[in-house]
Amino acid sequence: MPLPEIMIAVMWIGLTAYALFGGADFGGGIWDLLAGGAVSGQRQRALVEHSIGPVWEANHVWLIFVIVLMWTGIPSVFAAVASTLYIPLTLAALGIIGRGAAFAFRKVSTELWQRRLFGATFAFSSVATPFFLGTAAGAIASGRVPPGIARGDLVGSWLNPTSLVAGALAVGTAAYLASVYLARDAQRTGDAALTEAFRNRALGCGIVVGALSAAGLLVLRADAPALFTELTTGRAMPLLLLSVAAGLASLALLWNRSYLAVRLTAALAVTGLLWGWGVGQYPTLLPGVMLREAAATSTVLAATLGALAVGALLLLPSLWWLYATFQREHTAPPKS
Amino acid sequence: MFALIDVNPADLGAARMQMALSLGWHIVIACLGVGMPAITLLAEWRGHRTGDVHYRLLARRWARALGVLFAVGAVSGTILSFEMGLLWPGLMGVYGEVIGLPFALEGIAFFIEAIFLGIYLYAWDRLPPVAHLLSGIPIVLAGVASAFFVVTANAWMQQPTGFDMRNGRIVAVDPWAAMFNPATPPQTTHMILAAFMVAGYGMASVYAVAMLRGRRDRYHRLGLLLPLTVAAIVTPVQIGVGDWAARFVADNQPVKLAAMEGVFETQRGVPLHLGGIAVDGELRYALEIPYGLSLLAHWKPDAEIIGLNHTPPADRPPVNVVHWAFQIMVGLGFALLALAAWLAVTWRRRRDLPDSPWFPRAVAVSGVAAVLALEAGWVVTEVGRQPWIVYGVLRTAQAVNPAPGLVYGFVLVTAVYLVLTVATVYVLRRLARDVPVPIAPQERDVTDYRVT
Ligand code: HDD
Ligand code: HEM
Ligand code: HEM
Repeated sequence: MPLPEIMIAVMWIGLTAYALFGGADFGGGIWDLLAGGAVSGQRQRALVEHSIGPVWEANHVWLIFVIVLMWTGIPSVFAAVASTLYIPLTLAALGIIGRGAAFAFRKVSTELWQRRLFGATFAFSSVATPFFLGTAAGAIASGRVPPGIARGDLVGSWLNPTSLVAGALAVGTAAYLASVYLARDAQRTGDAALTEAFRNRALGCGIVVGALSAAGLLVLRADAPALFTELTTGRAMPLLLLSVAAGLASLALLWNRSYLAVRLTAALAVTGLLWGWGVGQYPTLLPGVMLREAAATSTVLAATLGALAVGALLLLPSLWWLYATFQREHTAPPKS
Repeated sequence: MFALIDVNPADLGAARMQMALSLGWHIVIACLGVGMPAITLLAEWRGHRTGDVHYRLLARRWARALGVLFAVGAVSGTILSFEMGLLWPGLMGVYGEVIGLPFALEGIAFFIEAIFLGIYLYAWDRLPPVAHLLSGIPIVLAGVASAFFVVTANAWMQQPTGFDMRNGRIVAVDPWAAMFNPATPPQTTHMILAAFMVAGYGMASVYAVAMLRGRRDRYHRLGLLLPLTVAAIVTPVQIGVGDWAARFVADNQPVKLAAMEGVFETQRGVPLHLGGIAVDGELRYALEIPYGLSLLAHWKPDAEIIGLNHTPPADRPPVNVVHWAFQIMVGLGFALLALAAWLAVTWRRRRDLPDSPWFPRAVAVSGVAAVLALEAGWVVTEVGRQPWIVYGVLRTAQAVNPAPGLVYGFVLVTAVYLVLTVATVYVLRRLARDVPVPIAPQERDVTDYRVT
């Protein structure tokens, strides 16, 4: 594969990782929001906190990775997207501040009013951030970001049918992934009631997300016919089918309480959707802008991709150690 | 003169203020993120070697604060990556690929940092002590590396190299040459040392305040001594490196140097100006040290210094801001050197902290002083580069997002940062006042749950 294609594929891998891991962290925040009163929701919130705690920062880095790769690999597209969509992206950025900071603050707070205040901030920004990021994705998918700097409609570009569906889909996907992951986490702690609660949510959420995706396709047909055609009859169709099949399988697995397997299929359903979009839109990035014209010079791409490859050699063993450390049965009792 | 094509000056001002606010905020946390892990590891290592429980407690207490600081650092840094595009699309759309490499490398460093921080904080008691200590080392290395990488990008904005343009389009890039541009060595060194000074003096201040309130036990004395020693060792080196940075500016960014020193007329044998205000094209009320500037900048008493009048007014940075920021940084640098010398002399004489009540008072303000010096230094660098965003290549006004309404974004961001500041300070103060940490920082979060 030539360098621009490799670069965009690596970027899309980063985006997928962010959706699957970072997205689930946002979803955790959404369930935190819906967990109920401070006392009745306490178990759920503790589970969310426990599951997100050690990993959310690492998960969050995927977003930075995507942004940096975007301005390095396709700088003019980055500039066009950021300048036209600066309203939803500013709001998403503020949501990121609220989410991360409030989560960390809540963790170390002891008094109820503080935990409530930080918890509410954490939870609300967990809904807002994926929504605004989703509207931005919808703007790009429906071709509403023209090339050039701030050439698009500052409001209409992200307040339109495709963007709204995409925003809702992002929130729904985040909540769905989180409930699927959390069901398994709850099962591992041996809390049957909590496991059931997340199973039911995952089932409900899965149906809603499926319906939203179908609605999204209809909107695309009217709003972005080219992408719609690719998705339903063109290159991207296999990916769409994969996503649908994985989504249906997930429902069945959830019904069966196969919580480990459903993690895989749920992730596959989301991955199919994202790659379907990517493949459907390739090689057009923005209206009239092809990947090859927008890509950075080959020296830059080669240096960056090379650096990332070397970095991966460092990262993979480290990640392995992170997960291994937390999966191992610990024997040392806490000492002071 | 250059025309501001339909960019509203208020929006340009708002974008610049917003960038300055979010950078100036992030950098304080980032310095703690670079310096604090090293100092924490030092305490943990001393505790392991000597068995002194105070060191161990200090390490745990600091690690707990680190957990909060890293979260805040990560989110405030993410905003910056957004803002590079939201506010400066004219810069990123063309030159994003030139400075992309250090940011990609920085991304790797962030991953390493986040992964090992997860291990360090959440597995304190389940790793053997030495393995736990070792798990902290990548955090230190990655922190220093990320500071290095991001500052190379800024250094490139001061000394743009490594690319060819034709008709406003980039046609060839040497990303390594861009990263290792001539400004990189002095700037990155100066910045990394500054991070250790901010962390060292800042941590020591907390314990100095406690000592002023009468808590003079071993725990508090060690909490003051260890970070203060680190900072005190770094300070003289930092002043040397500052001199290197200044001579670099003198050679490569003469307009910035002239603004730093308030020199308007090009001449030989230029004095060093202390204080003073620039009014109507001359520096008034300044104390002059004869030949000082020529000597410092070029090692020769009669060296020529190019004055601001050499440059058209539209191309000059605001003199008073740059001049005063420079004075503040240098003044505070020497004040901190005096504090470091005081500690060193007393310690050599009697292996103890100075007795004078002025000592804890001075240490208590040293953290603020280091932060002020840091911010002042960045004002020199960034305001002194104006009106260029990429020195000599691209103007700030050409780079800004021309979309209307940036002012509202600025207001919103300022409000969020105000709340964030209040909450961060509040939470950190509570952490400092909490009962001594019983078990490892985040460990309970893990041990409450059985892992199957
Ligand atoms: C604790 C912080 C601190 C202290 C004590 C000093 N500096 Fe500094 N200085 C910085 C923190 C800093 C900084 C914030 O880190 C800067 C901004 C950009 C950079 O690379 O370093 C900086 C920039 C900076 C620049 C501008 C570099 C440029 O524009 O490229 C010069 C000329 C100096 N410094 C010189 C000095 C001198 C002569 C000092 C002697 C007392 C000094 N600094 C102390
Ligand atoms: C973290 C420490 C830093 C601080 C405190 C800082 C400070 C500032 C300030 C005060 C301004 C406004 C200048 C003016 O408008 O007159 C500014 C602008 C800017 N800085 Fe920095 N800076 C820092 C590091 C960096 C780094 C590492 C980069 C690049 C990677 C960078 C990129 C920019 C850009 C793009 C602008 C906006 C354009 C401009 O005003 O020139 N800064 N910064
Ligand atoms: C001289 C200036 C800077 C220094 C020394 C610095 C250093 C650091 C360090 C050490 C961290 C991780 C530690 C922590 O979170 O506390 C961090 C986080 C971050 N910084 Fe900066 N930074 C600087 C400026 C910038 C700029 C200009 C940008 C973006 C354009 C940026 C983007 C980020 C991001 C995205 C993170 C979050 C990484 C994560 O999720 O862990 N930083 N910075």
